[in-house]
Amino acid sequence: MSQSIASQRQSVRYRSRLLQPESERSADTHPLTWRLRDDGEVVWLAEYLRKEGYDSVSKALGNGDPKAIIATLKEANVRGRGGAGFSAGLKWSLTLQGGDMPRGYIICNADEMEPGTFKDRLLMEQQPHLLIEGMILAAYANNSRYGYIFLRGEYLESARVLNRALEEAREAGWLGPDINGSGFDFDIAVHTGAGRYICGEETALINSLEGKRANPRTKPPFPGQSGAWGKPSVVNNVETLCNVPAVILNGADWYQALSGGRTDDGGSKLYGVSGPVEKPGLWELPMGITGREILERAGGMRGNRQLKAWLPGGASTGFLLPEHLDLPLDFDTVGKEGSRLGTGLLTVVPQDKSMVAVMRNLEEFFARESCGWCTPCRDGLPWTVKLLQALELGQGEAGDIELLDKLAADCGPGQTFCAHAPGAAMPLQTALKHFRHEFEQGVTARSKAAEV
Amino acid sequence: MMATTPQTERIIGSDGFQLHPADEAAMRAEAHHYEQPQAASIEALKIVQRRHGWVPDEAIAAIARVLGIGPGEVEGVATFYSLIFRQPVGRHVVLVCDSSSCFLTGFDELKQALVRELGIDYGETTTDNRFTLLPVCCLGACDGAPALMIDDDTYGPVAADDLPGLLEAYP
Repeated sequence: MSQSIASQRQSVRYRSRLLQPESERSADTHPLTWRLRDDGEVVWLAEYLRKEGYDSVSKALGNGDPKAIIATLKEANVRGRGGAGFSAGLKWSLTLQGGDMPRGYIICNADEMEPGTFKDRLLMEQQPHLLIEGMILAAYANNSRYGYIFLRGEYLESARVLNRALEEAREAGWLGPDINGSGFDFDIAVHTGAGRYICGEETALINSLEGKRANPRTKPPFPGQSGAWGKPSVVNNVETLCNVPAVILNGADWYQALSGGRTDDGGSKLYGVSGPVEKPGLWELPMGITGREILERAGGMRGNRQLKAWLPGGASTGFLLPEHLDLPLDFDTVGKEGSRLGTGLLTVVPQDKSMVAVMRNLEEFFARESCGWCTPCRDGLPWTVKLLQALELGQGEAGDIELLDKLAADCGPGQTFCAHAPGAAMPLQTALKHFRHEFEQGVTARSKAAEV
Repeated sequence: MMATTPQTERIIGSDGFQLHPADEAAMRAEAHHYEQPQAASIEALKIVQRRHGWVPDEAIAAIARVLGIGPGEVEGVATFYSLIFRQPVGRHVVLVCDSSSCFLTGFDELKQALVRELGIDYGETTTDNRFTLLPVCCLGACDGAPALMIDDDTYGPVAADDLPGLLEAYP
């Protein structure tokens, strides 16, 4: 290969990165990222151990009280960072264990595929041991016999880094039999997927882990009661698990204080923004930071474009407007505005982009990624796409918009096994609410006249 | 072509597919990570695909035999997951991200340039069997949008002008 081709390839090769220098990050304020290096190289075991690595495991396994981990996590109110915001401590307290119950599994959901989301990749590619440390604590608290990192197939760099880190941890005795002399046995394997967004749904993920089609399962039973191979299983997102070590080391009060009174939710969060902004990126910020502060860090909109709408945390969250930029981005506040915090990585839509086109793109995604298990999702989403395609071309018929309203309602919560269809409905319903006139412009004049 | 053992002879299909002994061993090793060997079915398909480029029908029966499950179960999985190819593909697979952040930052232009440069659309392979073009769901590279993957490599942001040089690196 010639020099020039090689260098051109390097120049456009994608690299996950945090847009905060080391000088801005400390162990007290940036529990997720303070160890990351400015050069973006992996923090391997030797460096990780120098930076308080595995201290929480020594502490918790030394105490010999798994229930104390759950109590601390509950008190700190660590909420699921995969998007649902469910209390991790509560989830763990509901895992069946003890008595005749066989030991189950801790499964890390690393199937990051929510459009607009690029945070878990950073944690896995540059700091694999924090995730492993979090999983050991989770396994100890939930009495799990084995762990799986369910990683999307496209994250090849994450797989390479994680597998090497697992090997390092095994050699040093942080994984395997009798971890750190505690008598506790636990190990982890990386399980890579082969595509399909639905694998991120926790029960579909378990089916996929078992080597089946990734259709969701009915709940109850919840995975904590009967998950992988019928055993109690805990499924947590990468970022959620990465929060655990510092909480165990520093306590619930410290974690609560991290958000600095911005919100009732504690901790820090990997926030980010993508779309036409000057500097799309990722930062670890206090929970409850505002959209405006994130947008400012990104240098504002690209060129002289104006912000029209934004998704607070991925394709399955509802559209917010510029007037919502000063709200604290926490789970409850965003929920009250008819959206969801989701993954906390913003996607911005500029004024010059048609909302009908944006919605068509989003619904094409949801229609393609539907697993086909439930009728409203399997049939409703392609129908939605067809209507949006017609409206985008100005060939919509009278009644199309009302039909979109109905299809979205039929895909709403409670109509399907999992959250895929409700996730497709939320952006559509909020777009129809805030930008209905744009959709109406797609209905042909002839059709409008006929209606009158 | 490797030597044919009596074991693999039984699973040679009509188009000459043979399960490589090393691949069979890799599948069996993979199955040990799980309570039930079926869990290795997706990885088994990927193992076949790494060697053959795609998964021919005969491989389904071979995998089913190795893992001790029904061919229908393997086929169900093989047809569900988007990164398992059930038709021949080119030597290199281009996966172009068409999700929201890429859509908002130049996906349309990039897609058009790819179609122009390669002379093919989604699901097609160039006549010299060099490239196959497919859409892919959000690559998690949104701060580098628009993004695409060629084989195991992720690129972004990719401008239309970058394409000729990039593609040249995949002969």
